[in-house]
Amino acid sequence: MNFDHLRTTYFEESAELLESAYSHLAALSENRADDDTVHALFRAIHSIKGGGGAFGFDRLVALAHVMETLLDLLRDGALAFDAQLTGLLLRGTDMLADLVAAERDGNTLPPGVEAELANAFGQAASKGGAPQEIKASVAALPSVPTEAASGWHIHFRPHPALFRNANEPLLLVRELRRMGPVTTVVDLSQLPTLDLLEPEDAYITWNFTLEAAVPRAKVEDVFEFVADDCDLAIVPIAEAVFAGDASEITEEHSPALVQQRAVSRTDTPAAQSVRVDVGKVDRLVNLVGELVINQAMLVQLGGQLPPDLCPGLIAGLETLSQHLRELQDGVMAIRTQPVRSVFARMPRLVRELTAQLGKEARLIITGEATEIDKNVVEQLADPLTHLLRNALDHGIEPPDTREAAGKPRVGTIHLSAEQRSSRIVIELNDDGRGIDRARVLDRAKERGLIAPDAVLTDTEIDELIFLPSFSTASVVSAVSGRGVGMDVVRRNIQALGGRIAVESRFGSGSRFLLSLPLTLAVMDGLVVSVGADSFILPISAIVESLRPAAADIQNLPDRRAVLCIRGGYVPLLPLHQRLGVRGAVTDFSRAIVVIVESDHGGRLGLVVDDLVGQQQVVVKSLDANYGPIDGIGGATILGDGRVALILDIPSLAAGGNVPPSDPQPAFETSASLH
Amino acid sequence: MAKIVLTVDDSRSMREMVAFTLRKAGYEVREAEDGQKAIAILQTARADVIITDLNMPVMDGVALIRALRADPKHRSVPILMLTTESNEAKKAEGKTAGATGWLVKPFDPEKLIDVVKRVSP
Repeated sequence: MNFDHLRTTYFEESAELLESAYSHLAALSENRADDDTVHALFRAIHSIKGGGGAFGFDRLVALAHVMETLLDLLRDGALAFDAQLTGLLLRGTDMLADLVAAERDGNTLPPGVEAELANAFGQAASKGGAPQEIKASVAALPSVPTEAASGWHIHFRPHPALFRNANEPLLLVRELRRMGPVTTVVDLSQLPTLDLLEPEDAYITWNFTLEAAVPRAKVEDVFEFVADDCDLAIVPIAEAVFAGDASEITEEHSPALVQQRAVSRTDTPAAQSVRVDVGKVDRLVNLVGELVINQAMLVQLGGQLPPDLCPGLIAGLETLSQHLRELQDGVMAIRTQPVRSVFARMPRLVRELTAQLGKEARLIITGEATEIDKNVVEQLADPLTHLLRNALDHGIEPPDTREAAGKPRVGTIHLSAEQRSSRIVIELNDDGRGIDRARVLDRAKERGLIAPDAVLTDTEIDELIFLPSFSTASVVSAVSGRGVGMDVVRRNIQALGGRIAVESRFGSGSRFLLSLPLTLAVMDGLVVSVGADSFILPISAIVESLRPAAADIQNLPDRRAVLCIRGGYVPLLPLHQRLGVRGAVTDFSRAIVVIVESDHGGRLGLVVDDLVGQQQVVVKSLDANYGPIDGIGGATILGDGRVALILDIPSLAAGGNVPPSDPQPAFETSASLH
Repeated sequence: MAKIVLTVDDSRSMREMVAFTLRKAGYEVREAEDGQKAIAILQTARADVIITDLNMPVMDGVALIRALRADPKHRSVPILMLTTESNEAKKAEGKTAGATGWLVKPFDPEKLIDVVKRVSP
């Protein structure tokens, strides 16, 4: 362990403490605070300050200090919470978060940005009767007398109770000795006879002469802890006159007996946790991944053996698979984390942006306990921030406009997360003006993104905002115009194996849907064969598989084929054509159709040669080693050691229903849009 | 035999800071995150010095000091409390409860070692 490690711990802990401070503040502002809320809030700020001081982060310590003073008064009931104080504490916490972040990243905030807030805290605290102790303590420091002399006479008469607090005079003498030669005269006059002696009381008085030119403060320091429990006189050697009674020199102390406050706590058990380096968890995940491949290999080999050769083998392999799956779930669970840590940053953003934009909005957050892979959580922050910023800037109208449109003045933004089978769906709803389709369409035509005479559905128009060159340059503002477009948001989400979609109703709001895989590393897949190759389809996307009758297949004039099933039509996409595989079954009625569903609910029939089996596959990224390929989501290693590509259903669905002409070269990137 | 210091603090970085400093100075350090855990540790283990924060969940520092002083086994163990300059009342409360000494946060590492030496030979 070294100093950097300590810093890392401090910043990790501060992030947790700030998060807890925010949630306690939220409880206060929503009037659901209990007795412990203000105590916990105090502790959070107190701990940030304590650690910060150790690292010399003076600015954040100073701010935390004034916040703590105010919280102390609130805690003791000298002040009562009101909306104004809660708001002040929120702003203080925001600033504290900034100061912590600045120290962490090695930045320096402009000097004095926190001064106004610190003053506001001082003023608020003074209403609760707190002395302006900041100024006082700063002023007091230089005025401490730094009196020095060639040596000191020290008269030390412990009160009988000195030992009660485990103080030990011997150690004080030793400490004096470290400063210079000490001569000691012991006064035993108070020592009673043995029968009257209380073994735990102090009876002896000492007179020390310290021959060392040290400041008085250093000598006083030695007696710091016992000053209240003794008569102490420290006199420079030159004035070596001991008063018989030294008590008048002793400082006046009034040990105000603070009444012990009944601390009743609703014991909220803190989540017990062990801190593990992410690298170690990643190693576990990788190992489990390798095990899964290994197990698939064993199962395949086991299947080739005559069953009577080794009767227990198949059963053993099955148990192994079962345990492996549990192991895998367990390991994955270590990596998951509630989305709370990202969601918790959003209220602040809303506060700041509404103030900046002159708008009014409230943010409702639900499902923040939903857990998702830690890596995903961290990388959600930027896209979510961007979406929220957009919602406030472009979505929510100014209060007057809203009122004129018959809406409440305060806009509502709803951020939610929930798990749907193996995916996490995050929704951001706003009740703003929605997407102005006419303008989007005009812009897209203007930029040549679509043909001037193109006719697009509403959904298709909404999707245009995700195109890379659909810059929002002309609607740039201080808030949204940060050079990041929706295309970057989409790319970020896609990089996480997720998808983003938008639904909008002009005039009444927009809804952004982010669908993310629960975990990035392992998934359930269906292995299908096309020609000599195997491909993996994500089980979660599959609706059904069937061998179509020739009569159910109809060819459209544009050479596309559809499958008639239960009175509906599903467009067919022969994988061998899409992926350029030779030697595949081309007669649809001799092939298998796997019907898959994309996020929008659209269905597509993938034509494959055969179904090989269902198995868990470890997803290996192609992007890292090769580059993104349209229609392919990644690769995996099969039980027999061969590499198989994992198909990405949404991109197949999007680029899929182009009329099949000649077999396309393998993995050609589809340039068509919808 | 190395002296054993028990550091009691709900703040992990504070605990680590104390432990790091004292270990470097040759002490053996044990950690507890609140008063109750500290008492649990002291049931089975020895501590030559106890350094405790005052503001902690579950069982705070003052309650811990009071509980330890009530137990003959721990009556003479030096207990240092960590306080902040803003809280004289709390300090007095801790002292009345039986704290041996105190350290004002923030403190530098040498100060910590000095103070530990001052209360424990």
